Amino acid sequence: MIVGRREVWTGRLLLVLLMAVTVVPFISLFVTALHPSGSYPLGLDWPGDPHWDNFVKAFEAANMGELLKSSTLIVIGVVPISLLLATLAGFAIGHLRMAGRNVVFLTFVLGLTLPFEGIITPLYYQVRDLGLLNTRWAIILPLIGLFMPFSVFWMRAHFVNMPQELTESARMDGANLWQLFWRVHVPLAMPALSSLAILLFLWTWNQFLLAIVLVDDPLKRTMSGALGAFQGQWGTDIPLLSAGSLLILAPTLAIFLVFQRRFVTALLQGSLKG
Amino acid sequence: MARPTPDTAADPSKGRHGPAAVAKTRSPARAAGLRTPSWVGWLFVAPALAFYVVFVLRPIVLTVQYSLYRWDGIGPSTWVGLANYGKVFTDPDLFDSILNAVKLILFFSVIPVLLGLAIASTIRRIATSRLALVARTVLFLPQVIPLVAAGIAWTWVLSSTGVVNQVLSHLGLGGVTRAWLGDFSTALPAVGVIGAWVLLGLCTLLLLAGMSRIDPALYEAARLDGAGSMREFLSITVPILRQEIGVCVTVTVIAALASFDIVYISTQGGPGNSTMVPGLEIYYLAFSERQVGMASALAVVLMVLVLICALPIQWLTKDKNS
Repeated sequence: MIVGRREVWTGRLLLVLLMAVTVVPFISLFVTALHPSGSYPLGLDWPGDPHWDNFVKAFEAANMGELLKSSTLIVIGVVPISLLLATLAGFAIGHLRMAGRNVVFLTFVLGLTLPFEGIITPLYYQVRDLGLLNTRWAIILPLIGLFMPFSVFWMRAHFVNMPQELTESARMDGANLWQLFWRVHVPLAMPALSSLAILLFLWTWNQFLLAIVLVDDPLKRTMSGALGAFQGQWGTDIPLLSAGSLLILAPTLAIFLVFQRRFVTALLQGSLKG
Repeated sequence: MARPTPDTAADPSKGRHGPAAVAKTRSPARAAGLRTPSWVGWLFVAPALAFYVVFVLRPIVLTVQYSLYRWDGIGPSTWVGLANYGKVFTDPDLFDSILNAVKLILFFSVIPVLLGLAIASTIRRIATSRLALVARTVLFLPQVIPLVAAGIAWTWVLSSTGVVNQVLSHLGLGGVTRAWLGDFSTALPAVGVIGAWVLLGLCTLLLLAGMSRIDPALYEAARLDGAGSMREFLSITVPILRQEIGVCVTVTVIAALASFDIVYISTQGGPGNSTMVPGLEIYYLAFSERQVGMASALAVVLMVLVLICALPIQWLTKDKNS
């Protein structure tokens, strides 16, 4: 390939610049977090004596232990059920091809672009009438429904590409439908499922609107919703707020760095499909 | 990266022809379909559909219903017909929120997509280098962290003592420094910058992934024919990336119209109403001002607006060849 030296260097320079712009807010947050609590530090100035204890203070002020537990419980409530329901539905629509599948699929697809704000008001009254306001179920149950369009869409796209011969040969070997589903198709769907699991985890963990509307107690919210409350409470103490924000985004960051390749693939595929 | 099959997947209307074509070429498909009675398939779909109906479709219908009433959320409601919609389009505060969302498209979509295209085509040649691999991870950070955290970090970066002003002062531009999010004339663009930051990495990487599909021989041929890099870009890159560009535009336009988290955290719609967006206005109307009917009318307008924007983009950028 004809590659000019100059082009390579402009490319590198641009990439470094872009990374710098991406990282600056994080660095600013970090540096600010080290200043004495209650002060108004200037931009990116490194403090004379870094106050690492701000992180401890923020950990206690935000009740991080409880928050982690709460977010984890919500994720455990949302992700496995969503995966199961979406796999069942995607299998039926994409592979069993039952009558009326197009209508069902179109109904799901219509929900793909739905902004959550559009239905948050009736959702509030509905959750209230179910007696679930201020419980974690108030976030879990609606989220499963709200994630269904994308999840079904995603799983259908997988099953539609599975060769029917696979089903044929399993049937020849005497597998019934349930065995066919669990023994043959679910194992083969694992790559699609794990990408979907990552996306659903991320969207649940970062869900903000549902958390602040449906749950008053920050300790029963998602991380994101709790951070909103933390900002309301400590918004004037900038270094403490910065430390708290860093702590609250640390778990996602850690999980992202561990599974980064899967994440990147999932996010790219996710937006391509969505 | 395994490429998904958005051409069949993204377009539901094709599904209608797809299965028939498959059945024609593969007769076992029909057999399998026939052997499993239809009601069994519906049994598989039922649980997912139930959740969807209860927590999405029913609320959508209710939103439309609420929008036709005046209701404070507690007492009795009064039928007002389309009056709430009239108010949405005539009340300057409500209508401005819609205009603001439309203006945000410039920052959330136009800038990330154009800049993403420019950056991706510049770094295309070093897309497999180690630096690019590191960049892949770094550029994804804004997508992974909660938007709330992005909002808090940027509120501080854009504050009167923040990094932006620090840099400007160093450049001798101390005169233009200000509290970017607190100034009537700059608050909306400042919110837009936060959105652009969140979405630029995603767009760049999506477009870059698309470019890796393009045969380098195409570029070489163009070079030999004397094409400049601008010509290359317009005649090869953009047409082939049609679909990726479509995806970027769709995702980012929806993010702009339905923005909530960033605005809630960074400006709460202020100063004045200068950064109010429909999502936030719905939240205030429904849960602070107890105007459920008005909030619902705005919600319906928002949902329709998103559909109106998303559908034509999908249609325009669909790959006609496949």
